[in-house]
Amino acid sequence: MADTKRQAMVLGVCLALMVALPAIAAWTARPDFVTLGSQIAVLAIAAAGLDLLIGRTGLPSFGHAAWFGLGGYAVGIMAVHAGDGSLPGWVTQAWFAWPAAVLVAALAALVIGALCLRTGGVSFIMITLAFAQMFYFLFVALSAYGGDDGLGMRRRNAVPGIGPRDDVAFYYVCLVALVGVLFLLRRIARSRFGLVLDGIRQNERRMMAIGLAPYRYKLAAFVISAAIAGLAGALHVNLFRFASPDLLHWTMSGELMVMVVLGGIGTVVGPVFGAAAMVLLHNFLAQWTEHWMIVMGPILVGVVLLARAGIWGAIGGRR
Amino acid sequence: MTLLLEQLLNGLQYGVMLFLMAAGLTLVFGIMGLINLAHGSLYMVGAYAAAWVQQRTGSFLAGLAAGLSAAAVLGMALEAAILRRLYGRDHLDQVLATFGIILFSNEAVAILFGRQPMMAGPPPWLAGAVEIVPGVPYPVYRLAIIVVGMAVAAGLYGLIAHTRIGMLVRAGATHREMVGALGVRIGLLFTAVFGLGALLAGLAGALTGPLLSVQVGMGERILITTFVVIVIGGLGSVRGALAGAMLVGMVDTLTRAFLPGALREVMAASDADALGAGLSSMAVFILMAAVLLWRPRGLFPAHG
Repeated sequence: MADTKRQAMVLGVCLALMVALPAIAAWTARPDFVTLGSQIAVLAIAAAGLDLLIGRTGLPSFGHAAWFGLGGYAVGIMAVHAGDGSLPGWVTQAWFAWPAAVLVAALAALVIGALCLRTGGVSFIMITLAFAQMFYFLFVALSAYGGDDGLGMRRRNAVPGIGPRDDVAFYYVCLVALVGVLFLLRRIARSRFGLVLDGIRQNERRMMAIGLAPYRYKLAAFVISAAIAGLAGALHVNLFRFASPDLLHWTMSGELMVMVVLGGIGTVVGPVFGAAAMVLLHNFLAQWTEHWMIVMGPILVGVVLLARAGIWGAIGGRR
Repeated sequence: MTLLLEQLLNGLQYGVMLFLMAAGLTLVFGIMGLINLAHGSLYMVGAYAAAWVQQRTGSFLAGLAAGLSAAAVLGMALEAAILRRLYGRDHLDQVLATFGIILFSNEAVAILFGRQPMMAGPPPWLAGAVEIVPGVPYPVYRLAIIVVGMAVAAGLYGLIAHTRIGMLVRAGATHREMVGALGVRIGLLFTAVFGLGALLAGLAGALTGPLLSVQVGMGERILITTFVVIVIGGLGSVRGALAGAMLVGMVDTLTRAFLPGALREVMAASDADALGAGLSSMAVFILMAAVLLWRPRGLFPAHG
């Protein structure tokens, strides 16, 4: 994960900081830091998963919010049905609900990805965006599950040994999930599969010439990336005990993309820094003005035009 | 039957609107290789400028002129300041930078005009309805939009197929470097094409104002539908944009009008309304999926 000594150091410090965050929050009497930390961890999971697609495979998906939202709604909807007795109570156990959310996102992505990958380049961007918007309209119209107003969740999915209202413990759950996802992504990056994805990004025609079928690899990357986003979505809905169509809104897809590029594209851990920067910037700017987007927009343009390496690159490394 | 005729005209009117958006977007992509998400912002700016000037002066034509010029001027300024640097870049960079422009322009408009929708009715000389066939009244304003849109489509065809500029545009779409190498001032051509696209977006915005409420976020709604149009029609092809726009306009309008009623025949009314609303808002995306299965490069692919 870390290319240079400095990056290794920064990574160690950040991890220590994140582990110590609840203690810091207790000490400074700012319990909201814990929620902020959970939010960063959850969005970092989704962004790191998206980077597998954008950074490694070279497929800029502008529809990742769809998988994020589907994973989130999956746990929310199961909780509703467990509540009214139409599904057994164990579907709200985390061991069932979260893998189920991952599976829902992955299956939907298998279908949509198979369609989107029939084209490439700019069409791919437009189509992923359009299909994500389709899911958005679907959940807006689903009045049985709250429609426009969203869907509340009475309690978080039960994780053994953790109280349902224990925010600190839930923060650690998110943190563990983030570290697990990052290790998985690093394994992928160093595997044969990851090398093929790298090759597809660099020159798809050559990969075909050496006898590989890029379509299957791209689809696999698409599905894995969506599955990770589904996990992030499930955790996000657990965190706020609320699912709404906003999870699937196109701006969410855009923000995830921004996190990847802001943090450092194709770097595995970079998107975590991008997510942290986005969440902190949002919170900081939102205190100061409700029109925080008016600052965010120019920052984004500046980053694209001037600082392509992202935060992780600035910390000191090559790709 | 009269309802069907009315809805067909509505579909035509929506299709014409979508064509105005898609033509600019697809030309800009075809020639500069730029994917411009901020195209929706130009539409919004056109709508706001038109509605605001119309409210101040009471003149629809003054509003229309203001909407057109605001969008064109803003478009060319954006091109010169930011987008020009993105032509040679990765599509990802283009998406992100233009996403940043959307965030900025949405907030800027929210600060200037507030989040309340702005209303601007059609002018008195286009208000009311005419009977297109006996017993079927149809709003004059919508008819006017259809006529204007058709005229613009015809004008665009003439411009691209029969003028020197159009020849450069066609040449630029297929062999960009070669056109530059032959001594054409390609930078000027790029700005002109971008300005034309912005003008069409502004026209769409200004004309839509009296039909829908003018509000922040209106640009992205139509932008995403425009993407569907372009994917269906084939990237970079104006002919494809026209076909895609008509198809999407019709499918969207007709499913919205008739699907809930059809479903009501087979299920309870409340379920039918909910399902019908959901399905009809998804209809154009399902259409896009079908076209992708059948012809992954769209109905009229621009290059070969």
